[in-house]
Amino acid sequence: MSGYLVNTAADQAAMLQRIGVSSIEELFSPIPRELRLTRPLQLPQGMTEQELTDHIQTLARQNQSAVERISFLGGGAYDHFIPSVVDVVASRSEFYTAYTPYQAEASQGTLQAIYEYQTLICQLTGMDVANASLYDGASAAAEAMLMALAITGRSGEVLLAESVHPEYRQVVATYAANLKCRVVTLPTPAGFLDPAELTRRVNEQTVCVIVQSPNFFGHLEEVADLAKVTKAVGALLIQSFDPISLGILPRPADYGADIAVAEGQGLGIPLGYGGPYLGILACRGEYVRKIPGRLVGQTTDRHGQRCWTLTLQPREQHIARARATSNICTNQGLYALRAAVYLAALGPRGLRETAERCLKLAHFAARRLCELPGVRLRFPDRPFFKEFTLELPMAAEAVLPPLRQAGYEPGLPLSRWYPQWSTAMSVAVTERRTRGQIEGLAESLRHYLESIPSRS
Amino acid sequence: MNNPQSTELLFELSRPGRRCHTVPATDDLGDVRELLPASHRSEQPPPLPELAEIDLIRHYNNLSTQNMSIDTNFYPLGSCTMKYNPKRHERLANLPGFTGLHPYQAEETVQGILQLLFEFQESLAEISGLPAVSLQPAAGAQGELTALLVAAAYFRDRGESQRTQVLVPDSAHGTNPASAALAGFTPITVNSHASGLVDLEDLRTKIGPQTAVLMITNPNTLGLFETSIASICAMIHDQGGLIYLDGANMNAILGITRPGDFGADMQHYNVHKTFTGPHGGGGPGAGPIAVRDFLEPYLPLPRVVCENGYYRLQYDGAKSIGRVRSFLANVGVLIRGYCYIRTLGPDGLKAVSEQAVLNANYLRTLVAEGYEIPHPGPCMHEFVASARSLLREKKIRAMDIAKRLLDFGYHSPTVYFPLVVPEALMMEPTETESRETLEAFAKTLLAILQEDAEMLRNAPHTLRISRADEVKAAKEPILRWRPEEAVRD
Repeated sequence: MSGYLVNTAADQAAMLQRIGVSSIEELFSPIPRELRLTRPLQLPQGMTEQELTDHIQTLARQNQSAVERISFLGGGAYDHFIPSVVDVVASRSEFYTAYTPYQAEASQGTLQAIYEYQTLICQLTGMDVANASLYDGASAAAEAMLMALAITGRSGEVLLAESVHPEYRQVVATYAANLKCRVVTLPTPAGFLDPAELTRRVNEQTVCVIVQSPNFFGHLEEVADLAKVTKAVGALLIQSFDPISLGILPRPADYGADIAVAEGQGLGIPLGYGGPYLGILACRGEYVRKIPGRLVGQTTDRHGQRCWTLTLQPREQHIARARATSNICTNQGLYALRAAVYLAALGPRGLRETAERCLKLAHFAARRLCELPGVRLRFPDRPFFKEFTLELPMAAEAVLPPLRQAGYEPGLPLSRWYPQWSTAMSVAVTERRTRGQIEGLAESLRHYLESIPSRS
Repeated sequence: MNNPQSTELLFELSRPGRRCHTVPATDDLGDVRELLPASHRSEQPPPLPELAEIDLIRHYNNLSTQNMSIDTNFYPLGSCTMKYNPKRHERLANLPGFTGLHPYQAEETVQGILQLLFEFQESLAEISGLPAVSLQPAAGAQGELTALLVAAAYFRDRGESQRTQVLVPDSAHGTNPASAALAGFTPITVNSHASGLVDLEDLRTKIGPQTAVLMITNPNTLGLFETSIASICAMIHDQGGLIYLDGANMNAILGITRPGDFGADMQHYNVHKTFTGPHGGGGPGAGPIAVRDFLEPYLPLPRVVCENGYYRLQYDGAKSIGRVRSFLANVGVLIRGYCYIRTLGPDGLKAVSEQAVLNANYLRTLVAEGYEIPHPGPCMHEFVASARSLLREKKIRAMDIAKRLLDFGYHSPTVYFPLVVPEALMMEPTETESRETLEAFAKTLLAILQEDAEMLRNAPHTLRISRADEVKAAKEPILRWRPEEAVRD
């Protein structure tokens, strides 16, 4: 018997006797015989902790993690530094082995931490209200679209810039597949959504406009102008943002966004091969009753002491059922805690310095790489934060093997999502990179470019 | 210990000039004003709190002690499967060979994690008896939505767009009708019979050519196995509909019976329940789905596939519904689930369900000495008691009992769910609790019945706070701290 079961054979016998049955089998009598599995599950035999540890370590060693190569991979998941305090707090088992704080009096630790998270996200974005978290950045964008449908009551077009993360666009389209709206992608050939183009595309039935800034190519959108165009027709502007960028960029509220969503992975959450991450959603106060998922509110106890509880629950599925603002139940509580600890550990100056270091290193990298023959910025006129898109003198896929050989993950070929852009590669530079690493990357790329006989 | 030190809000603990984290200098790399136009530059960073490292650690450590958790308290929260979370999972899931992986790394550099995920898919298929698995959904509710989108795509493909209704028993989790509505279907409620099982007559009148899917929880939320599940599934299948199993209660049937064998076409797993990923104070979870082979083409992409011992991500599939999240899955949670299945093996998993059912029936027998349990046993992994007679006779509500239990160091059962039982107290002890724990808990529950009603209505009495005013919280919502609202005791 596995180590997690506790009752001995003697315990079980006494328990069965007390229940008044002769065997455990008798307890399963409601399950008709013909529906029973009459063979053991075809799974490998169990393992001791020692055997499991050996097995899992072997699997882990068959991966080459980002720490083994110097990584410039981005595209929505970034190698930001995680201060020790984040891991220490998140490994308190009073936090990680608790459930959703439905019993307020026994969950003040989680409730206060989430209330603080909501406040930190409001401070970060300039928005009035933030929820207790969603699954990830992509589903947060989809939930924001659902909010916009409910708020506007319209059933026209959901306009999505092509510069939004392609996977977020897919998720929005999947969520909208059976709803009364049409998702339309607006082209961004110049690396951003041209407000003039948006002006031509919006109308009185437009539900919302979804943009990402910094966008998937790393470049900034003219969010303030886009917001004006969007609001002029009574639609909602949804901005997907990079939380780290807000150390230096204007906040979504400053730009005039109505709903701000983000992938919160950069806030103290390990890359972890894509998840779990953290969906951030914040909005203007007037939309609070349309917000999806959990909200923690401040109240008082019987003695007038300040305390916290889940609130506005009639929006949620366990009460509203089919009329709920979203079907979400379990969210990313522990990762909202990580993000809160991260933001509190950085504080205003730490976030500013992190953002500045990303910005400066990324621009240094862009300068160095563009000194190489045939290498240039694809969108040289567009400002960027920590990620930018290069044009290479050959297929971007071709530079990966030699640069990996040299110890670098140089970036993300964009042809996977934009097949016509075979020579484009996005390069992400976080504060973890150093000047020396960037020079090493540039040297390795130069070495490769000089080694190939024919190049344009 | 009830230590209020440093438990003021972060924002109240903040002092200008304090700091915890510092960043390597970049003075030699130019001026930000040359790198960003003024219209895209903010002069000031966001107004976050300023704290020293010791402030931060003391704050959160002291806050953590104001939680009940599995590691500190018995947590018989029905429908949530609050079983012990093995510590080995934390250590293994946090190996740098997993945490350091970028989701867009080349496949040849992530063969270990892909193998793990592929094997996990295979295990989920075997346990459910449904061969095709998607690991993508981030939680059970997203698994439901994903499966319903799969069903919608399947029916659209077959030209059966008249199938607009999803049938949902009245005892179902609220996520079921919410997911159905989000997937574009009209949810139709199916009544429960007095026995607590689906009312077959009511079901019969609601099935027709418009029926797309029946969402069923089995064992249901009353902890009862739907003994007629085979005929229920046949009724739906005869009309061309599909069966969705809400897998929240898989802890009762591992290796005992398989959803695919009793008629389900699709199901989700709650990896954080059945396979003990920790609940994290409300996530992250993971909600992978398993479906029959004819539904496989509609699953979201990418999926992990194995070709001659090489693992890769399959991105192509013309009929796929697309994606429900970015990247692959809540991988960290899945690693823990994989560790659990590999630790227990086939015998261990079956023993989990046997012991979970034994524990639930034992607790049920003990609790029945003082509480009404409306549905006859045996139960599966959980059962529902009702405080309706207490309400009638002593004006004691299920909530009062729940709150009083907190005074004795027990987390309360799930209350007021399922909706079909008035004053419900839903208890799921799980297999990892000892006989003594169950006995002590039952004794406490019975002792509460003898206590003064007025005292119960005001419980809890011994925690840092007394009963929270939820009405006030909803009436004047305060959802964030603001400087002007700061009040210091």
